[in-house]
Amino acid sequence: MFSWNRFVAVLVKEFVQMRRDRLTFAMMVGVPVMQLVLFGFAINLDPKGLPTAVVSAETSAFSRSFVRAMENSGYFRVIAQPALVEEGERMLARGEVQFLLQVPADFSRRLQRGERPAILVEADATDPAATGNAVSALQGLNLTALDRDLAGSLASLRASPAPFEVRVHRRYNPEGITQYNIVPGLMGVVLTMTMVMMTSIAMTRERERGTMENLLATPVRPFEVMLGKIVPYILIGYVQVVVILVAARQLFEVPMVGSLVLLSAVLVLFIAANLAIGFTFSTLARSQMQAMQMTFFFFLPSMLLSGFMFPFRGMPGWAQAIGELLPLTHFLRVVRGILLKGSGWADIAPNVWPLAAFLLVVAAIALRRYRETLD
Amino acid sequence: MSATGIVIDVEGLTKRFGGKTVVDRFSMQVRRGQIYGFLGPNGSGKTTTIRMLCGLLTPDAGRGTCLGFDILTHSAQIKRQVGYMTQRFSLYEDLSIAENLDFIARVYGMDGRRRRVDEALERLGLSSRRGQLAGTLSGGWKQRVALAACLLHEPKLLLLDEPTAGVDPSARRGFWEHLHELAAGGMTVLVSTHYMDEAERCHALAYIAYGKLLTHGTVDEVVRGAGLATWSVEGEGLVALAGELRGRPGVDMVVPFGAALHVSGPDPALLEASLAAVRSRPGLRIERVPTGLEDVFIHLMKEGEPVSATTASGN
Ligand SMILES: Nc1ncnc2c1ncn2[C@@H]1O[C@H](COP(=O)(O)OP(=O)(O)OP(=O)(O)O)[C@@H](O)[C@H]1O
Ligand SMILES: [Mg+2]
Repeated sequence: MFSWNRFVAVLVKEFVQMRRDRLTFAMMVGVPVMQLVLFGFAINLDPKGLPTAVVSAETSAFSRSFVRAMENSGYFRVIAQPALVEEGERMLARGEVQFLLQVPADFSRRLQRGERPAILVEADATDPAATGNAVSALQGLNLTALDRDLAGSLASLRASPAPFEVRVHRRYNPEGITQYNIVPGLMGVVLTMTMVMMTSIAMTRERERGTMENLLATPVRPFEVMLGKIVPYILIGYVQVVVILVAARQLFEVPMVGSLVLLSAVLVLFIAANLAIGFTFSTLARSQMQAMQMTFFFFLPSMLLSGFMFPFRGMPGWAQAIGELLPLTHFLRVVRGILLKGSGWADIAPNVWPLAAFLLVVAAIALRRYRETLD
Repeated sequence: MSATGIVIDVEGLTKRFGGKTVVDRFSMQVRRGQIYGFLGPNGSGKTTTIRMLCGLLTPDAGRGTCLGFDILTHSAQIKRQVGYMTQRFSLYEDLSIAENLDFIARVYGMDGRRRRVDEALERLGLSSRRGQLAGTLSGGWKQRVALAACLLHEPKLLLLDEPTAGVDPSARRGFWEHLHELAAGGMTVLVSTHYMDEAERCHALAYIAYGKLLTHGTVDEVVRGAGLATWSVEGEGLVALAGELRGRPGVDMVVPFGAALHVSGPDPALLEASLAAVRSRPGLRIERVPTGLEDVFIHLMKEGEPVSATTASGN
């Protein structure tokens, strides 16, 4: 019953309408650029050079080299050396510094006596993400910072080697650069938002403009309408992908180890899945406003539970379960896998079939819900 | 299509919207080559009926065929051979005239698409404006393009819902000449309208009010069937006179018609007796005139009112 002619008729019409709608067209290219700039430049989950105050009750070679070692780690920037602890506490409370370091008065004496004196580091942990990495850097520092100064007779006080060694490798992204994670993920987020939104207004617009009655009076079939309205946006989706990939390369120097051909293949599936969900919304919604609300209802969990905003493995079980149902979750794994790890087909297959299943189920729902009458 | 040449044959069509019966046991037969007028006051169910005929609405009760296909089960076949012109302009306003026509031609899988679109544009006299966006056309021109669009796929049946609303008189005349040419060529046309002159140009007509079919037949049959006698009163002080005549025995309705009053009622003798009281007044000219379609429709509409009220509360 599928007619190529009727499909092409809808397709051509959609292309022409899309071309006429300059604002929407500009938005579809503009949104990825804007998101890239916002997320790519503004969000850094591994911030460095955090302002630090040091209150040193004694000035010795030991305390000086500890502070220097801290600065060398890159996470700390000593901006003040107040004389009194109270002054330092105030700076911490006002948020002028993220860390307050206190070196006790008898630090070097107790160190020489082998008492393992404590250096107190107070961190403003209201934003755990901002302090987490810095604190863990500090722990490493503790062991090694003073080794050099404990020369001669004090050599025996050097941190004795632990019975075993823990070596952490940050693989695929050794410097832990946030953009490497964010930018490929952004591709999925941008596609989810624009694709669902564009198709969700596809049918409601026909209904609101009164053209639905004419369309329904023609012999065109639901599947032909759906396909004709989806295909143009697949191309738009690819344009967005190219914009993001070029920016990822040029602006953020995100590595692309894997096969772009493989990525393109999975992209069709992912884009189509999003378009199908948008089309389903559009058969359910009574107005464009409702369609928009449904889009956001879908977009929020996609953004929050897919592992884009928060680490997937850190979420509670129920949230992970919801996340597994969302196409973005699987696509994020695929795109990060391909771009950062150079994953091949076998590696990504476990995340490709859920996309295909999602597409089939949602398209079936859309076709069932498509009303061929005005009732 | 059946051998008898009946193109539309429906019986007992009923449509309810949220408990309100909008079309009530409607039956109609339209023969091939007929121009069938569909009249009735606003909200009487004309558009709803037409939508049921071409499968855009599912009737709650009733059955029937359109072009020989069952309207309940074969709407796909019906759609292919019907040209439906909606009451509200429903072409794409952001497509040009030519693009709209091209879309229709593709959807119906027409061969020689370009040529057909060009011919249609030429017939409309719009060849030079083919690139103009449909949304920027004036109201009357929108109607004309919409008609051209629903003729493009050479349908066997035209369903036209108020096709000439807002169209100027000379364009309307051209439009009706075109309809008669088409009908002579074997096309069947069901056309809804509020214009009396258009009603009189139809081969047959049906009048519907409050969802019920009140009368149908040729213009003569409809007028005769109403059984009304009508007098025309001309002269001074007609407004006061109208108030005076209303409610007198035998006077069913008093309607101003230009410079005259039309006074009608079912019983000529009774009506004449009532008029005799004012006949002697100076400056009044009273004469019997043939009852017109409009008199009949106004009469029918008033008759239909209480009936529909009881039906509505019964549902
Ligand atoms: N989708 C709908 N939902 C609810 N009520 C409806 C719907 N469509 C039509 N109606 C109601 O059905 C009645 C008949 O409407 P319809 O459009 O068929 O009248 P019409 O004869 O075409 O009127 P007009 O001459 O003004 O075009 C109206 O009271 C209208 O409000
Ligand atoms: Mg109507």
